[in-house]
Amino acid sequence: MHRKKLSVQSVVAIGIGTAILFLLKRYVSIPSGIPNTNIDTSYGFLGFISIMFGPIVGFFVGFFGHSLSDFTQFGAPWWTWVFTTGFIGFAIGLLKRYIVLADGKIGLKKLVVYNIYQIFINIIGWVLLAPTGDVLIYSEPSNKVYLQGIISAITNSISTGVIGTILLVMYASTKVEKGSLKKE
Amino acid sequence: MNSNLFGYDHNNTWVHQLTGTSKLIFFILVSIIAMISYDYRFIILVLLLSIFAFKQSQIKWVQIKFVVKLIFIFAVLNLVMVFVFSPNHGAALYGTRHVLINLGYFTITKEQLFYELNLGLKYLVTVPISLIFLITTNPSEFSASLNKIGVSYRLSYSLSLSLRYIPDVQNDFKEISLAQQARGYEISKKGKLFSRLKGTTQILIPLILSSLDKIQTISQAMELRRFGKNKHRTWYMNRNFNKKDYSIILLSIFIVILGILFMKMDGGRFYNPFI
Amino acid sequence: MPKTMIEFKNVTFRYNAQAEPTLKNINLQINEGEKVLVVGPSGSGKSTLGNLINGIIPENFRGDLSGEIYIDGKDAKDMSIFDTSLKVGTLLQNSNDQFVGLTVAEDIAFGMENDCFDNPTMRAKVNQWSNKLSINNLLKQAPNNLSGGQKQRTGLAGLLVDDSPILLLDEPLAALDPMAGHESIQLLQDLHNELKNTIVIIEHRLEESLTQDIDKIVLMDDGEIVGIYHPAELLKKNILNKYGIREPLYIEALKKMGVSLNTLNEIDSVEKVNGPEVADRIKKVSANVKPISNYNDSDDILSIKKLSFSYGKKEIFDNLNVDIQKGDMVSLVGKNGVGKTTLSKLIVGFLTPNAGEIKFNGESLLNKSIKERADDIGYIMQDPDKMISKVMIYDEVALGLKLRHYPKAQIKAKVNHALKICNLYPFRNWPISALSYGQKKRLTIASMLVLSPKLLILDEPTAGQDYYHYTEIMNFLRKLNHEQALTMIFITHDMHLMAEYSTRTLVIGDHNILRDNTPAKVLDDEQLLAKANLRRTSLSILAKRFNVKYNDFSNYLIGKERDNQYEQ
Repeated sequence: MHRKKLSVQSVVAIGIGTAILFLLKRYVSIPSGIPNTNIDTSYGFLGFISIMFGPIVGFFVGFFGHSLSDFTQFGAPWWTWVFTTGFIGFAIGLLKRYIVLADGKIGLKKLVVYNIYQIFINIIGWVLLAPTGDVLIYSEPSNKVYLQGIISAITNSISTGVIGTILLVMYASTKVEKGSLKKE
Repeated sequence: MNSNLFGYDHNNTWVHQLTGTSKLIFFILVSIIAMISYDYRFIILVLLLSIFAFKQSQIKWVQIKFVVKLIFIFAVLNLVMVFVFSPNHGAALYGTRHVLINLGYFTITKEQLFYELNLGLKYLVTVPISLIFLITTNPSEFSASLNKIGVSYRLSYSLSLSLRYIPDVQNDFKEISLAQQARGYEISKKGKLFSRLKGTTQILIPLILSSLDKIQTISQAMELRRFGKNKHRTWYMNRNFNKKDYSIILLSIFIVILGILFMKMDGGRFYNPFI
Repeated sequence: MPKTMIEFKNVTFRYNAQAEPTLKNINLQINEGEKVLVVGPSGSGKSTLGNLINGIIPENFRGDLSGEIYIDGKDAKDMSIFDTSLKVGTLLQNSNDQFVGLTVAEDIAFGMENDCFDNPTMRAKVNQWSNKLSINNLLKQAPNNLSGGQKQRTGLAGLLVDDSPILLLDEPLAALDPMAGHESIQLLQDLHNELKNTIVIIEHRLEESLTQDIDKIVLMDDGEIVGIYHPAELLKKNILNKYGIREPLYIEALKKMGVSLNTLNEIDSVEKVNGPEVADRIKKVSANVKPISNYNDSDDILSIKKLSFSYGKKEIFDNLNVDIQKGDMVSLVGKNGVGKTTLSKLIVGFLTPNAGEIKFNGESLLNKSIKERADDIGYIMQDPDKMISKVMIYDEVALGLKLRHYPKAQIKAKVNHALKICNLYPFRNWPISALSYGQKKRLTIASMLVLSPKLLILDEPTAGQDYYHYTEIMNFLRKLNHEQALTMIFITHDMHLMAEYSTRTLVIGDHNILRDNTPAKVLDDEQLLAKANLRRTSLSILAKRFNVKYNDFSNYLIGKERDNQYEQ
């Protein structure tokens, strides 16, 4: 079996993506209006970069970015959640082929699919994977971790949805053909 | 901020002299076993050991004061939350129920206190190990170490690139967000949630779109210097193992075995003093 | 017969995304040991030519390639980008992005790591080349502690360890201050003399990159090679301006004085150029020049008193005082990292001073927010991409007004007005991504102008621009200054830009203003220039050689230049 190697572009995308995700996670969160619950902007970026570069880059940007953020903030990463962030990047990255940004066209239909899909993925990640991991590994009480999971699923889908969508639309709009424009 | 992001502090204690690889192996193995075990005797043993190593590496309190306080608050908050959500979790877990104070829903049991003691220790135990790793390991050694323990060199280099470009991206972000504030955007707590989200995204757009160009340029620069040509690559910062490195790896394996022995003794992950 | 190192035979290349080929029927031969300069305006195809030499095309860009390319005798078709990189070492334009190591030593070793060299060999080579390029004391430094010149040297060392026979440099001057740029060109000359390698330099700044060891200059325009000339031959042809390349200043000056270029000897060196008419003409034009008055007695618009600022422990300004008058066109110069940008940021509120006062039209700025200051003072960053956050041109310009809750009709009127001033009105419904770099720069200016500022601060308004765009931007700014009575401060490294377009120069030194005077007086003071890492222009070299006062000489030329412009 020949294992497919990571392209140099993917290596760099993971590196730069991780740097950005890390900074957003550390410094750019938006109060949601509910006390102690912030909207973590890094998930919007994660959605975007995963669509741009696919599942492998998506996974590692999420995984590395979240670990670095935990390392610098708490000294040690909370592995179950770090892993879930990686999973979100991976799963959204699977949609790359469908959205294919290179041709520059991203219509309403693709955006709707992206959003339905990301909500679904965020639910699987935060309501299923992360809390289950907490129960298994840290043996935390399930009602606590599942409630935390549900809140994260909601805030993170808002971030992945709103910020991710705006970024995708912006990016697609930078890819216009110059020949199609006329001075007025 | 520079490569010192993780607080690396150059020094010459034996902990600093260990290669990044052996410290990484120690960190991974011991963190995993401490995460699995629910036996406070074992965890305290590991905690004492890492505090000893901590002293040995001459890390000063000021370097870690902030992080430690944050972790402490986080741990206490979590323990309170666990109690609020599930005051009977300990009893369910250990199968007995010794009531200390009867408060209806919030009845305090010995089991609950014991469970939360273990949980609290588990929150804390990995912290000194990872702080030692971060403070005594030159970030330049991270990638070489990851590669040495079997992570592909490509992936290892990604991590090195992110450490390299975090300060750049951070400066760009500061500049861009200030320029956008001059335009009239505000990262404020006022306004509706959606408009706040939209505003913040507008500020991020120049950063994120320009970073895509950056990815292009950097990958070209790396290909022009043959990154990805061979199946392996060497590392300028790589250092060879010496006796101390082998000893530390042996020690970490010993700790893992010890942890497993404790689990054998306990008949599972949990040490149950109540039966 | 010398060995041919690079050979292009009838090469045509079209990028997939474009309708027209970017390179058309290129024939080029570069021999071993030659040093070749490739010049041409933006969009002339010179970077694409570079990318074909180092193998970035076809590795990273898809397109139609026809014709044959040989590198060191090997058909480029049969070479991977890795094979090519052992033949051609490429220094990219942006030496910060090329710097991929965490420290200088690691970055120099990067190529060797990929070639699986062992550690002792790597260490020996890193020491050898870092010594040669005088960066051996920086080996453990991270890139953000380095100057542009030091980063470039690190990049160069990282290429030289490969012993590749060809060095390709893409705009090596773009990110450097004049002194560092000069040093870098000197260093290349020394290396070339010693190593006898083949060197290809892609640059549009002809004057700064012109050294005596250049064998030929390839002039490109619109995807084709206009011609391949010896430097002297090209300068005498008098065709550079037509192709958007700035002529060396001394040539321009000699032309303005009516000296015929064909009569000149050693035309490619300002230190040696001479001819039968030269001395007489220079003396004559410098004799009776009417002084240009730059004296401005308008009210102060900006007044800075006892300003102190430091980044942590690093002191940047100590007790700095300066007043700017209405209508001034001020150039802010000084070596990289001395605080030119910092001063601008203190004025617009991105940074807060430790002590002192900044007043605008008599009112203190210090209690005002960034947004409030932006109503009066527009700050244009060097890189327009860092400022633009909208898709469409109209929306981008309207943004500041929308966020300040202006009524819709008023927004429309103001935006259209600003777009007209900036010559962007015909494009108002275009997406920003379709604009050229120069147009984007004007767009960022337009989006400041809608707020009707009284003062504009521009950070290196012409950085990275070819001569055509440079003139376009600067004439536009001058027009704004005249017609809108807009006061301007611009940060620049370009001594000629300072001399030609500003009425007043502030030289920033360590912790304070080193000199506040007219540009001509600043350029006349060699000690001052050296202290501020600035370079004399070739004009002042010429003036000195022929024993005339630089001030008179340059006043004549600038007077003449301005006459020309008003006639147009």
